[in-house]
Amino acid sequence: MAGLTNTNITPPRWLTAELTYACPLQCPYCSNPLDYAKYPTELSTEDWMRVLTEARKMGALQLGFTGGEPLTRQDLPELVKHARELGYYSNLITSGYGMTEEKIVQLKEAGLDHIQVSIQASTQELNDHIAGTTSFEHKKTVAHLVKKHGYPMVLCVVIHRENIHQMPEILAMAEELGADYVELANTQYYGWAHANRNLLLPTKEQFVKAEQIAQAFKEKAAGKMKIYYVVPDFYEDRPKKCMNGWGTTNLTIAPDGVALPCHSARELPGLDCPNVKDYSISEIWNESKAFNFFRGDDWMQEPCRSCDEKEKDLGGCRCQAYLLTGDMYKTDPVCSKSPEHGVVQEAIDAAAKASQLAANEQPLVFRNSKNSRNFLKTL
Amino acid sequence: MAINPTQPIYFSTQHRLQWEEAQQKHVILYPEGMVELNQSSAEILKLCDGSRTLAQIVSDLEEKFATTGLTNDITAFLEAALSNGWINQH
Ligand code: SF4
Ligand code: SF4
Repeated sequence: MAGLTNTNITPPRWLTAELTYACPLQCPYCSNPLDYAKYPTELSTEDWMRVLTEARKMGALQLGFTGGEPLTRQDLPELVKHARELGYYSNLITSGYGMTEEKIVQLKEAGLDHIQVSIQASTQELNDHIAGTTSFEHKKTVAHLVKKHGYPMVLCVVIHRENIHQMPEILAMAEELGADYVELANTQYYGWAHANRNLLLPTKEQFVKAEQIAQAFKEKAAGKMKIYYVVPDFYEDRPKKCMNGWGTTNLTIAPDGVALPCHSARELPGLDCPNVKDYSISEIWNESKAFNFFRGDDWMQEPCRSCDEKEKDLGGCRCQAYLLTGDMYKTDPVCSKSPEHGVVQEAIDAAAKASQLAANEQPLVFRNSKNSRNFLKTL
Repeated sequence: MAINPTQPIYFSTQHRLQWEEAQQKHVILYPEGMVELNQSSAEILKLCDGSRTLAQIVSDLEEKFATTGLTNDITAFLEAALSNGWINQH
């Protein structure tokens, strides 16, 4: 591995373990790569055990088991147990599909700290349509069981044009289910969401209204339920500090063992992301080309390079710069100082235009293996 | 939020208080988040085990650190901890 030395490297704090790309759901905003069908192999239990041990030794503390649907991995309780012994705080990010009361108890005994259940909408019809799978009633049952067995319960709802009008009902549902936290995540346009952007991006008016409702509810629910509101950066004029800075905090391991500085970095060209089967976590974190690629600010172009706000956002998201401008070194075009800021407005306009079309003229592309293979054919 | 002086104080079952060797610090862990604590905050929270009231926590710490006059600081910290949900009084 290239002998890059960087004395300012902070240790990883968050380990995102994408255990699998398998998922019984088909959310059209899924953040998995469009070409996930290309990576069918999964790490063995032993490999995951070693990854957990090595990352913990470096200082990782928060651990997210995610996917795909992590419950499809039969060794999940074993991995949870190992994580608990190492002193991680482990979070299970699940669609609820395949969850039973027995498993909830088994995972609790293994030492799982928290379960986040995602739900797609406040009505069965819309939930099942977006998920591409009948799942609404079961998700609600799982949410109740999570509470019953003493876990903190986080309800996660990804917000987009098809469900944004349900904001009041979504919040009422969260309250009724007894959620301790509600994550209202405005869709981030990577992966499948990028492909479906014209059908998912709401108008500014819709955003403003939904945000007002969420903020008002936040005050009302203070002390009972916490609300995490993930802002929709297409309507901001500064980008977010992506992943708290490249290679500073988060380490993501994809199902096949590829280590990523962020979950969509796999889409960026020329990073040569290393695989945990070939290198130790410390070699990957400290020395690999991929993890050093956008560390610090030496890589920046203008206007970021001489911008007095660069410490605040580090030039925004590299994946977004790449997806929207074709150049991953450029200023995130969400920034109003970006010469290419206009592409964001174009995307908003294109989405508004598409909203006038009938569903059969421009259907949603659901996230499944068939569509992933079709996508591969077009490459 | 105010601390009830007659009730014992418990650390939340929905959070975890843990010593981190790598950071040489105590941390509070909760769903997808963490807070790093300084030494005095950690000393206070470690005594929130349901066996002590506010006054008992103050006297235990004043004794441990051979000092007096900690009431205001400890009360202010515990009020903030209560509104963060780190502690409760049932
Ligand atoms: S976003 Fe939907 S389709 Fe993607 S992994 Fe999660 S539940 Fe499965
Ligand atoms: S120009 Fe670059 S560094 Fe400056 S605010 Fe915009 S994205 Fe951030």
